[in-house]
Amino acid sequence: MATVAASHDHHHDDHDHKPGFFDRWIFTTNHKDIGTLYLGFAIMAGLVGGALSGFIRWELYEPGLQIFAKGSMLDAMGLFDLTNPAAQKHAYNSFVTAHAVIMIFFMVMPAMIGGFGNWFVPIMIGSPDMAFPRLNNISFWLLIASWILLCVSIFTPSGPGAGQNGFGGGWTMYPPMSTHAGSPGQAFDLVILSFHLSGASSILGAINFITTIFNMRAPGMTLHRMPLFAWSVLVTAFLLLLSLPVFAGAITMLLTDRNFNTSFFQAAGGGDPVMYQHLFWFFGHPEVYILILPGFGIISHIVSTFSKKPIFGYLAMAYAMVAIGVVGFVVWAHHMYTVGMSFDLRAYFVLATMVIAVPTGVKVFSWIATMWGGSITFSVPMQWAIGFIFLFTVGGVTGVVLSNAPIDYSLHDTYYVVAHFHYVLSLGAVFSIFAGFYYWYEKMFGIKYNAFLGTAHFWVMFVGVNLVFFPQHFLGLQGMPRRYVDYPTGFTYWNQVSTWGYAITLVGVLIFLVMLVESIVRRRPAEANPWGEGATTLEWTLSSPPPYHQFSELPVIKEDDHH
Amino acid sequence: MAHGVKHDYHIINPSPWPLLGSASAVCWGLGLVMWLQGLFGFEKGSWWLFAVGMTGILLTMVFWWRDVIKESRAGDHTPVVQIGLRYGMIMFIASEVMFFVAWFWIFFEMALFNTHRAGDHSAIEEVRRAWSTWPPHGVETIDPWHLPLLNTLLLLTSGTTATWAHHAMTEGDREGVKWGLVLTIILGALFTAVQAYEYYELIHHNEFFNDAAANSGLYGSSFFMATGFHGFHVLIGTIFLIICLLRLLAGHFSPQKHFGFESAAWYWHFVDVVWLFLFAFVYVVFGGAPH
Repeated sequence: MATVAASHDHHHDDHDHKPGFFDRWIFTTNHKDIGTLYLGFAIMAGLVGGALSGFIRWELYEPGLQIFAKGSMLDAMGLFDLTNPAAQKHAYNSFVTAHAVIMIFFMVMPAMIGGFGNWFVPIMIGSPDMAFPRLNNISFWLLIASWILLCVSIFTPSGPGAGQNGFGGGWTMYPPMSTHAGSPGQAFDLVILSFHLSGASSILGAINFITTIFNMRAPGMTLHRMPLFAWSVLVTAFLLLLSLPVFAGAITMLLTDRNFNTSFFQAAGGGDPVMYQHLFWFFGHPEVYILILPGFGIISHIVSTFSKKPIFGYLAMAYAMVAIGVVGFVVWAHHMYTVGMSFDLRAYFVLATMVIAVPTGVKVFSWIATMWGGSITFSVPMQWAIGFIFLFTVGGVTGVVLSNAPIDYSLHDTYYVVAHFHYVLSLGAVFSIFAGFYYWYEKMFGIKYNAFLGTAHFWVMFVGVNLVFFPQHFLGLQGMPRRYVDYPTGFTYWNQVSTWGYAITLVGVLIFLVMLVESIVRRRPAEANPWGEGATTLEWTLSSPPPYHQFSELPVIKEDDHH
Repeated sequence: MAHGVKHDYHIINPSPWPLLGSASAVCWGLGLVMWLQGLFGFEKGSWWLFAVGMTGILLTMVFWWRDVIKESRAGDHTPVVQIGLRYGMIMFIASEVMFFVAWFWIFFEMALFNTHRAGDHSAIEEVRRAWSTWPPHGVETIDPWHLPLLNTLLLLTSGTTATWAHHAMTEGDREGVKWGLVLTIILGALFTAVQAYEYYELIHHNEFFNDAAANSGLYGSSFFMATGFHGFHVLIGTIFLIICLLRLLAGHFSPQKHFGFESAAWYWHFVDVVWLFLFAFVYVVFGGAPH
């Protein structure tokens, strides 16, 4: 990407004194430290969310109730009431809900936007820090506040029956499951307020990123020379800024329906539960692009670096993300084909949804074209990036299948949908997070990881997650519905394959943790640029780890032979 | 800060206020649920934790913005930092606009899509029919040309006086700024008073919660939440303007550098525009026949 004049090589490392513990990690206003906090939090949340999915897969290994049952290991933990069948099924549903919420709001978003975004957007655009460093700090701590409310909610009565703790209505929180009749306990009120706080955190973060990117680019760093990861975060920030307030309005309506006798979504008072779905998905659909767009940016950098070529079609890549963001706002009702919308409306949403495949295709083909004829190094991040392109494309293709309203009539709320969104998220987005982690790990922490462990992590994880989710396409096509604790015996085989896949994935996660520990124990000092001439963005011009305050003298971007 | 810094950006020192704000937000969230439903063995109606949280949040705002003002007076807000603050305020108002979109969306949904659509008529005819049955039978709406019109005039006038203050500011006419701001604040307070009176009348006469009307519950929900959130924003805007008046009297503003005041004026105009939409659609277009 943009090359840099060699005038700023003196980073005043001698004066690189860091503040004490509290000032550095609690009261911090440093974008890199806040990014590190976000990454640590995301790893923790990912482990919790992954453990929840482990209980789900374990339960689904066989028909009938085994784990969410009396006398099981989960029962022995004593945290959940599994004394009666209704409570057992509710516990399963609340696990599914918590898994989704934690993975979306507390793992992927904090890792990509809070973690990598904070770390690298200021550096890539040649800025010393974010525009509002103090606001950056409260974005992180509001996320912790939101996390606390969510965790309390899991152990708080939700109902409607006795012993039913934690909200079990799914991350979409549709009424009537989320009304007072469906979930009379306090758990869901806590979930609403938890979302208010994480929403505030994300909106403040979005304002921060947009202002930083618009106002703090180094001299010569025009928008059309800006690295694609910064572009991806810019588009993501706009999606957050414009979609989250609508979501805040929708959940405020749920809150007043539950506590102040309004009847927005209560049919008895003239309200319309479907209207909630519109408001929710007006946020929820941009949200899925929020989860994947930063990943697009990360993958572009990695593919370019390890093909030793500028990214193919840089401007098209940037504007493809803008197009995905814009069109992403007008396709929301494809999540609602079965609610009884008119034929014309469904036809429109089918068409609009399919349009998104065009800019997405631009991205996938441009990644491949970047590799084409390149001098490719199959380093650890490159393996993850190629894995991402493969898996994301599988998920994208099933997305086009699902965008057809008539097909969706059959597949809605089946495991086909589960397979689809896990291919784009837990295989797509998560693979891009790991790709970014292996790409920037040495830069962020100044130590090298063991490439063999990174490679082993990739291959074990690749096999594992495919084994988890590919059979779920078959289950969905056979008609197995989502969000049920039990299933007929005919679905057993592919469910068992899926659960074995989880076991392999778990080994992959363990290798990841071993990789972290090994690199921390051995402390092999990292180079400023381990990737060679292909790595052209500004972060590689700094030491590893970068100085506490970089660019005290701003870099000047001279040429535009970018990307 | 450190020597050798050759840029005009503002590198901020570590601050305890974000943590205080977030800890207070936890108390606020748990406290609100405790107050409304009871939590952790405390009875429904226990408001103490909510009060602790709100106090903490208000203190955070006071301390935080006091620091911002100090930094501004110390000259940390260079021209480029001021541009950043402008971007920030514009983005904040944009997010507020989207928040109101949610309330208008549900209002239009119920006004234009409240009937079952069998597809026998054209889309326009369907909308016309739905509109003609809205507000639901039995809901006594407010005559827009009485108190709501008065409120519209109050807010529009306050927008004018805010602009007067702004022009006076850029021309260095401190007396003009002072009286412009005082008038804006008085008009804003009058708006709030009239709105409170209107609410009192509505709740007193129970017009929106008339059991005879099938959809009255939804009408009342949407009316009170949309106008209520607007009223809440008027209060915030009025407080913002009062702070600006105090800062003006303390001599914080100059004709060249007064972004605190400018953002308050922007916010006030935003609140003004939201009201115009509320007046046009909630009160006039979908207000039904006046009684």
